[in-house]
Amino acid sequence: MANTREIRRRIRSVENTAKITNAIQLVAASKMRRAQDRALQARPYAEKMQSVLGHLSSVAGDPDTAHPLLERREINETTVILITPDRGLCGGLIANLERHTGEIVLGPEAGGSGELSMIPVGRKGGDYFQRFGINFRASFQELGDYPGLAETQPISRIAIDDYTEGRVDQVLLVYASFINTVTQVPVTVPILPVEAPASADDDGSGESQYIFEPSPQEVLADLLPRYVDLLIYQAVLEAAASEQSARMVAMRNATDAANDMISDLTLVYNKARQEQITSELLDITGGVEALKD
Amino acid sequence: MPLTLEIITGERRLLRQEDVDEVVAPGSLGELGILPNHAPLVTSLAPGELRVKIGNGVEEYFISGGFLEVHSDEVTVLADAAEHGSEIDAERAEEARQRALQRLDQATDADRARAQAALSRSLQRLRVLEHRRRRGGGGREMARPTG
Repeated sequence: MANTREIRRRIRSVENTAKITNAIQLVAASKMRRAQDRALQARPYAEKMQSVLGHLSSVAGDPDTAHPLLERREINETTVILITPDRGLCGGLIANLERHTGEIVLGPEAGGSGELSMIPVGRKGGDYFQRFGINFRASFQELGDYPGLAETQPISRIAIDDYTEGRVDQVLLVYASFINTVTQVPVTVPILPVEAPASADDDGSGESQYIFEPSPQEVLADLLPRYVDLLIYQAVLEAAASEQSARMVAMRNATDAANDMISDLTLVYNKARQEQITSELLDITGGVEALKD
Repeated sequence: MPLTLEIITGERRLLRQEDVDEVVAPGSLGELGILPNHAPLVTSLAPGELRVKIGNGVEEYFISGGFLEVHSDEVTVLADAAEHGSEIDAERAEEARQRALQRLDQATDADRARAQAALSRSLQRLRVLEHRRRRGGGGREMARPTG
């Protein structure tokens, strides 16, 4: 019964693991709160922009000619902007994103025929799809836990340039949409060509007849690139909130599992210790009995 | 009925202020003043100074570009970046101006537009500060950033 020492070593090792997962959990919880706040703060701007875009699209004329970013073309090449975390230890989040993206790569969402390229944002997605030899138009890493517009704008700049110069005919955005702390769902959002939202309060009463300065077309030309910037910025913020909550939940489960394991092992350890003492006592009394003869 | 003014950037809501008497904004076609009962309007903004008048008081904001929407006495400014006059860092703006001037000197055509834009932003920031100083820096305390 020499394995008490071994069991003790295992208990200590599991305790250390529990300490680490618990620390990661606490850090993720505080980052999650901040990430969620930021995602919420970006919302009023997005809503306003959408409503302005709605007003505009109803007066700017045929979308195919009003602005290059609205123009629908035959799809020869699709680019997927894939937003993943830089680091693991966040449960099934990354695997779910990769599976979801894999379906696009293979499936009809890519427009059936045509080439496919990617702009991975975050190390994990890039590492994974590199193995399949997919062409990367650019790749971004380490945007930080709280990325700002300044960090996400280069992404949209590349997407917009590739689209307007005809290298790419469709841009999809894939990220983990934040439903709540325990649920994050991978979603695909087409961002280029821009689909102008329908005008929300255009009830035909004539009340919402806007004056556009300098002109509807010029305001549209100013607005559309910013709208794409914003869609990507929002997706990055939401992905950050998803990452932190997934990590928090995964690490809480890990800590719980480690604690369960510790109590199981402690039970086994105590039993083994008692058995050892009993057998030692038996040895001694046996020896004493033997000497008596 | 007085105006309600909101200044929003992609990252935060800078201001929501009711009972505003007049907003003077740096439109891309020139400065424009908005009074109550203005017709519905959407205009793009150039980098510049946005003034908010309430009673006898004036507050200045720097807007780096964006849009302004007026609808039923609600004025919404969608700014790329916005700062209250008191938030502007004079040193940083001056440094940015020097840097932009330098870049403009040696810029190729592609960089020229960007350097020009950076220069105009820094100049407008300095202008907002200058106006603030001339008025004795502050006026009535109001229309402060909320975030």
